[in-house]
Amino acid sequence: MTRAEVEDFLYREAALLDEWRLDEWLQLLTDDARYRVPSNDAPEGDPAGTLFTIADDMQRLRGRVRRLQDPNAHAEFPHSRTRRLVTNVRIVEQGSEELRVEANFAVYRFRRDERIGEYVGRYRYRLRIVDGKLKIALREAVLDAMELASLGSVSFIL
Amino acid sequence: MNDQDLVVNDPANLDFRVHRAAMVDPSVLEREMRRIFDVCWIYAGHESEVRAAGDFVTRTLCGRPIILCRDSAARLRVFLNVCRHRGAMVCRERQGNARGYHCFYHGWSYDLDGRLDGVPGETSYPVSFKRKDWNLAEPPRVAAYRGFVFLSFAPDAPPLEDYLAGAKEYLDLVVDQSPTGEMEIIRGTQEYAIRANWKLLVENSFDDYHLMSTHSTWLDYMKRSGVEIPKPPKGHLVPAHGIGRVLGNGHAVIDNENFRGRPVAKWIPPYGDDAKPEIERLRAELVERLGEARARRIADTNRNLVVFPNLVVNDGSSVTVRTFHPTAPGHMQVTAWALGPKGESARSRAIRLDSFLTFYGPGGFATPDDVEALESVQAGLATHREVPWSVMTRGMAKQGEQLNTDELHLRAFWIRWDELMR
Repeated sequence: MTRAEVEDFLYREAALLDEWRLDEWLQLLTDDARYRVPSNDAPEGDPAGTLFTIADDMQRLRGRVRRLQDPNAHAEFPHSRTRRLVTNVRIVEQGSEELRVEANFAVYRFRRDERIGEYVGRYRYRLRIVDGKLKIALREAVLDAMELASLGSVSFIL
Repeated sequence: MNDQDLVVNDPANLDFRVHRAAMVDPSVLEREMRRIFDVCWIYAGHESEVRAAGDFVTRTLCGRPIILCRDSAARLRVFLNVCRHRGAMVCRERQGNARGYHCFYHGWSYDLDGRLDGVPGETSYPVSFKRKDWNLAEPPRVAAYRGFVFLSFAPDAPPLEDYLAGAKEYLDLVVDQSPTGEMEIIRGTQEYAIRANWKLLVENSFDDYHLMSTHSTWLDYMKRSGVEIPKPPKGHLVPAHGIGRVLGNGHAVIDNENFRGRPVAKWIPPYGDDAKPEIERLRAELVERLGEARARRIADTNRNLVVFPNLVVNDGSSVTVRTFHPTAPGHMQVTAWALGPKGESARSRAIRLDSFLTFYGPGGFATPDDVEALESVQAGLATHREVPWSVMTRGMAKQGEQLNTDELHLRAFWIRWDELMR
């Protein structure tokens, strides 16, 4: 895999999330995938022993997507507009079946009558090559903010 | 607002109302800071957050920066985080282990016991200057109950255990889950702001009336995961089979039959079949140590406790310790931790943390919608001049036991609030 191929993959993922095409986004993940947002004060923790903000397996992640498509997910209804800028993409480890990839992100969240939410940090991915295509086995969004503070919540897929 | 009643409590006419200016008016917040936050026992942290001599955590409580720490003899202490010389903070890290506290501005330093032990250029001070007059300041009162540390800025505050009144029993139910008799704060802190008045979060934390409408997506997820949500008797709402109880001094609780699972110790399908033996083991341990009745009391109910004014302990899907401080009438800072038995197995700890996240916290399936509800209320309260009152009479005509979806426990908070504010 080249960096360009990884970038194409991540940009496509970002577009799906920004367009709220969440069912299509789920197709990018392996059946044993994990999605995590660590607590701001413990970015290197393990969710088995550290309190996270989000630590989903696929069962809960599918539930999360289902919830976000329900108008009764009040924090995201109407849906926020988000725009994510994914940069500084690096393949940090390349195996025959898996790659570890890191990238920086700035995700802007817009809601009516609200301050802009600026979620800045880095993604840590484990990407798996399945039938010649990339799939996400682990996706961690690590926020740089010292605390969530005025960001309030992570109610959308970061 | 002195000429306006903010709480109308008229049982004879079955009338209980809260004036919405209480959530909006800056003068109300100023009075709350003096008459509530400067007077009550305020949760400062948990003993497990600092263990060895020199361990410290810093945080802001009631608008004041404090250091919760262990002194040179590993005794628990709280210092106000302020240099006695000009007032800069003497500790600017979140947590760690210190050899002493140091002000970088002019270089004054203090030992772990708060004694001033370094003053650059001390010879220029006149003879009237005595180091012992300028030690780090401490809040007038600091005390702990079974690991929960509180402070009070009122020298004449009653003893902590008297203040806690009936809330003690509910803290006991938390701590008794631990075979070692000790609980600990788990690493990882959820710190977030809500653009709403702090009292709205008090209400929300033990208001079961909102569960069905605000949290239908969570209930839906639980159902789809195989959790059975008990059908309420006629005239009752989900969550059924719960009561609201008043515990004295403004503390109150909802105490419900548990359907949502508990790490100690009630299994539900989302935990997975492979977690069953662990939950059964914990259950057996409870029964053996505490007897069947006490074990059932702990494991088969869940309890949302409010310790007046601003400590919430949600003892259910997990144990959440949550506290919050107002920074403006329409703004608060919230801090939440997970609490677990000290020495619990890695497997139990993992179940506990996973269970926590389904409902609670800024990425949970419920808390973000609570935050949304509170912010929506705060936005609506801009109409408080036109629409001044919130009605809070649910259950008021009933004799005896009150439901978790009634408002007896909310009224208990507001009655105490009103007594202190007058």
